[in-house]
Amino acid sequence: MPYEYRGDIAHADIAFNAWAETLEELFQDAARATMQVMVENLSAVRPTRTVDLQLDQENEEMLLFDFLNELIFYKDAQRLLLLPAQLAVSKTEAGYALKGTLQGEEIDVARHNMNTDVKAVTMLRYSLARVPEGWRATVVLDV
Amino acid sequence: MSVPAALKRISDTIWELPVSYKQGMLVPARIFATDKLIQEMDAGVFEQVSNVATLPGIQRYAYCMPDGHWGYGFPIGGVAAMDPGTGVISPGGIGFDINCGMRLVLTNLTADQVLPKLHQIVDRLFARIPTGVGCHGFVKLKPDDFRSVVQQGSRWCLKQGFATQDDLLMTEEGGCFPGADASSISDKAVERGYNQLGTLGSGNHYCEIQVAKPENIWDAEKAKAFGLTVPNQVVIMFHCGSRGFGHQVATDYLKLFLSVMARKYGIKIVDRELACAPFHSPEGQAYFSAMKCAVNMAFANRQVILHRIREVFSDLFHASPDDLGMRMVYDVAHNTAKLERHQANGSQKELLIHRKGSTRAFGPGAPGLPECYDKTGQPVIIGGSMETGSYLLAGMSSGADAFFSTAHGSGRTMSRHEAKKSFRGDKLQRDMEARGIYVRTDSFGGLAEEAGDAYKNIDEVVEATELAGLSKRVARLVPIGNIKG
Repeated sequence: MPYEYRGDIAHADIAFNAWAETLEELFQDAARATMQVMVENLSAVRPTRTVDLQLDQENEEMLLFDFLNELIFYKDAQRLLLLPAQLAVSKTEAGYALKGTLQGEEIDVARHNMNTDVKAVTMLRYSLARVPEGWRATVVLDV
Repeated sequence: MSVPAALKRISDTIWELPVSYKQGMLVPARIFATDKLIQEMDAGVFEQVSNVATLPGIQRYAYCMPDGHWGYGFPIGGVAAMDPGTGVISPGGIGFDINCGMRLVLTNLTADQVLPKLHQIVDRLFARIPTGVGCHGFVKLKPDDFRSVVQQGSRWCLKQGFATQDDLLMTEEGGCFPGADASSISDKAVERGYNQLGTLGSGNHYCEIQVAKPENIWDAEKAKAFGLTVPNQVVIMFHCGSRGFGHQVATDYLKLFLSVMARKYGIKIVDRELACAPFHSPEGQAYFSAMKCAVNMAFANRQVILHRIREVFSDLFHASPDDLGMRMVYDVAHNTAKLERHQANGSQKELLIHRKGSTRAFGPGAPGLPECYDKTGQPVIIGGSMETGSYLLAGMSSGADAFFSTAHGSGRTMSRHEAKKSFRGDKLQRDMEARGIYVRTDSFGGLAEEAGDAYKNIDEVVEATELAGLSKRVARLVPIGNIKG
């Protein structure tokens, strides 16, 4: 599992570390870590709905911040549990862009073991950095 | 043991970190706690409350209440007063769940009358009040209607028949912060929230049926003034906030402040979660207005939920809410920033009070309180864990030093991650029922995270608030039924 929850850097909130060789993989892992807080059996989420995603930010770190917030947004606005299906991060003149698709379905409490709501991605200990093995992120979610 | 060596004991319940503790501290940091509670506080409290003391314009002290624990930006339980002329406003001093708060409602029923119907009541409340992740509410609105809700708060509910005039009177600020302008909120915030009016949410949000047992009345006179007049009287307490709308408002402005703080205003901070802007800057004023919109959404949310609770009791007891005595004791806000007048340097001054996981607790005679509470002080509602009980308290005149603020809950001692490893939700539900507390939830995982042993002892927390002169105990309320998100 390329992410781990940490009880030692947040009490009322949920903290996790994620790491991966590429930025796209790290975004995937961080998305799963975020959604897993809300849905225990992520494998039960069927990819019946597709949402296109395009985000621009000045750096990779804020791009991840916006990306995770999109997942949280769709959960509230449309009751959609989404995970990335395809993602591509590219460098632009203004910074970085993320293009891709999210897939999932509406919350169904009969099939989805719902857990705790994620309210927001916080800036507490928040980081995304290059490491010798690729990329590593620390994220604290407000729940 | 995380207590820093620099922590000085000022009195039995006041502890201080001097400005020399950390570079950039403008005022000392003070923590209200007993000996035992200070030893139990996690390292994050000391780190974060001293970070708050570095914020521009902070007055007197950065405070942390006895239920304080590790948060983001401010500790949970953090209180800071800023000079509005020279100081900042920070979403990290308010929280993502803007105006998460507590409401306490009376009934004239006793435990003996309620217990035979307890399962029915809890099941019906669980069916009628949407709970859990991503839940949508029963009030169907268009985005533009929602903009009216966030500008008007409980006043909108009154017009729609979801509130009584008395409800508004018993809500902090009458259930509407003035100056909430919907032009300061994003379309995204509206889109995220307009379907969520009348929803409880999840995490530590709940609606609980409680009993005021005669042996748990601490101050009979104040209890009577607050409406607790019958032995074993049943009351309803609930805790929820501004839902996804408030979370989006906070996220929008956290990002905006991060982008302008250093570049435009030259403000350096020690933790990005303390992102801020000068209160009188365009960005600071826009956030203040947007935050008020979220405050009003939360008041309206709790008001609409109260309407549903009244319907459920009315149906099951075949009597009107009036006949059942379903009056509000009070509604208190936790996560807000407000302009209030307080004593500073020998004169009354307007200050911007940030309270994050802290309750306003005005003492007797304070302006803004309903007349019926003029002699008692403001009712303060402090929710404990779902296993242990909660308290009704009253604001005290001696709370002036801490800008009339007190605790808001028990405060966690165990991380959610650890709690989930230590407890099983289904077993907890069975154990609680054996102890006379009937719980319904959408999530056993979420229930495990809220186990009583994951929290500080509520009795010790409220005792500390009383010893520190912040709020006086009036009654301890024990749970018999609970719906959890």
